[in-house]
Amino acid sequence: MSEAQKADPGLYDFVPYRGRPRIAWPGGKAVAVWVAPNLEYYEIDPPANPLRKSWTKPHPDVVGYAHRDHSNRVSHWRMAEAMSKYGFPGSVSLSVALCQHHPEVVADANERGWEFFSHGIYNTRYAYGMDEAQERAIIEDSIRTVREATGQTIRGWLAPALTHTPRTLDLIAEYGLDYTCDLYHDDQPQPVKVKQGRLISIPYSLEVNDHYGFFVYNMSPREYADTLIRQYERLAEEGAESGTVMCIPLHAYLIGQPHRIGPFADVLRHIAEDGRAWIARAGEIADHYYEHHHAEAARGA
Amino acid sequence: MALDPAYLEYPRRREGYDHDLYAWSSIFDRGVLRWPGDKGVAVWLCVSLEWFPMIPSDMPFRAPGHMQTAYPDYRHYTAREYGTRVGFYRLLDAFAKAGVRASIATNGAIAERYPEIIADIVAGGHEIIAHSTDMNGTIASGLPEEDERALIERSLASLEAAAGRRPTGWLSIARSESWNTPRLLKEAGLAYTCDWVNDELPWRFANGLINLPLNHELSDRQIITVQQQSADSYARQMEDAFDWLAAEAGSANARVLPLHITPYIMALPYRIAAFEGLLARLAARPEAWFATGAEIISSWESQQ
Repeated sequence: MSEAQKADPGLYDFVPYRGRPRIAWPGGKAVAVWVAPNLEYYEIDPPANPLRKSWTKPHPDVVGYAHRDHSNRVSHWRMAEAMSKYGFPGSVSLSVALCQHHPEVVADANERGWEFFSHGIYNTRYAYGMDEAQERAIIEDSIRTVREATGQTIRGWLAPALTHTPRTLDLIAEYGLDYTCDLYHDDQPQPVKVKQGRLISIPYSLEVNDHYGFFVYNMSPREYADTLIRQYERLAEEGAESGTVMCIPLHAYLIGQPHRIGPFADVLRHIAEDGRAWIARAGEIADHYYEHHHAEAARGA
Repeated sequence: MALDPAYLEYPRRREGYDHDLYAWSSIFDRGVLRWPGDKGVAVWLCVSLEWFPMIPSDMPFRAPGHMQTAYPDYRHYTAREYGTRVGFYRLLDAFAKAGVRASIATNGAIAERYPEIIADIVAGGHEIIAHSTDMNGTIASGLPEEDERALIERSLASLEAAAGRRPTGWLSIARSESWNTPRLLKEAGLAYTCDWVNDELPWRFANGLINLPLNHELSDRQIITVQQQSADSYARQMEDAFDWLAAEAGSANARVLPLHITPYIMALPYRIAAFEGLLARLAARPEAWFATGAEIISSWESQQ
């Protein structure tokens, strides 16, 4: 290792949930709800990263590849239609090479008014082992690719396949990105310590991520829907005291399967009709937080 | 430390796929498709009927459901045979009771060892899909091309000899293919494979072979064995899927609901009633067209 590893990454101070400055969301809403579809491209025959294998089987891993391809042929539109029907914009975790491979999917998301942040070039190219120049190259590629394809400037980052280096967060702040989705330490946005500029974490979620729901906890579609409702109800209740954030991270090839999309659509309807949710994009949550709450939190931190 | 510079080069970053096997298309942009009788949802029953040699092979990999203990693994050998001797006949009876026909994806070894079971399948009007030789007949890149070609041919020859008819469809074990498989299946004269789960309607490879997606997420293996859910939950999920697909098909389009069933999983005494109930409810749905894989392919092809 060129840099010493740290037992504590030093990204934030300990700030207990109890006794924090109050977060007030627009319109007096209790919980900011954002939906994060991962629009991804997995390569059929990617080069090997020395620290992580892409596919468990020899290439082509037909089921692994084709399962994810289902997103880009079938389930993206199924998921997106359900979201649009109940008024949920997406904040897209984007494998930016999808802009080249399937511009139709990216254009559909853009036309729906969704926001894009980077999830790396491909979900089969990992940051592990990159030097600083290489990591800068994928950040610059991300900014350029999304701008050319959508006219949008990315404001956030979710590391490709959640692969980080110790310099990732410093670099994205240096490039002017506003938020990271890679930290799971809180139910509210938090300042992140970076070498220059500023950065906040916006709660994403592993626990209610559809991948965890279906492939870690092995939930049925209705159990997963019930999980999302419980997550929402609790965060809305606590958010009456100080605003919380609920993220629903999705993969179309999972949530957009025919046996899952119906129960999921019912969840969206429940949240939309409840009235306590500020249904927002990640960038809107970041804007509000920076404008009203960041300075106080950063001082406290 | 840095990665090899090639790790940041993307030679196949281009419009369309990073391979040339098939072309991209969105299911929502393919024009009108309708099943016979003006039906919206083809319900495709596909049963995997398999023989696991008690001496497992890991070349190129060990099949799901294969032997697990030290030799002799009587436990798994006989539990799989239970599915073939008892469970499969429960399924045949359930299909007859519901008045529906299925595709039986079976190993060539079933035909060689138990020709009477093939006769019963044929007598019931069901389709036979070729499903390799036996459960040691796995395919993945690294399997020599000549061995793969011989495996496909041996499977087809065994099934043709017992059934009197050469199968037109293919299902690889664990849906696992090598780079050569789509070409070798085409060369063997097969019309379709069921291995690629990327879609919910048939589509064509560049070489003309058709893929009829057999959704692994909807299989009893995935839902019951892997995800450890109940047969009742499985049935509920299939009905939820049917409801969604029927609504999506509406009156002007069509979808396929594949029910991928394994005798030693679904056809146990405590599970079979849930499956029979599901069949009865789906058979009563006016939108449902129960069809074999070959029938779905034929209807789809006639509308292209």
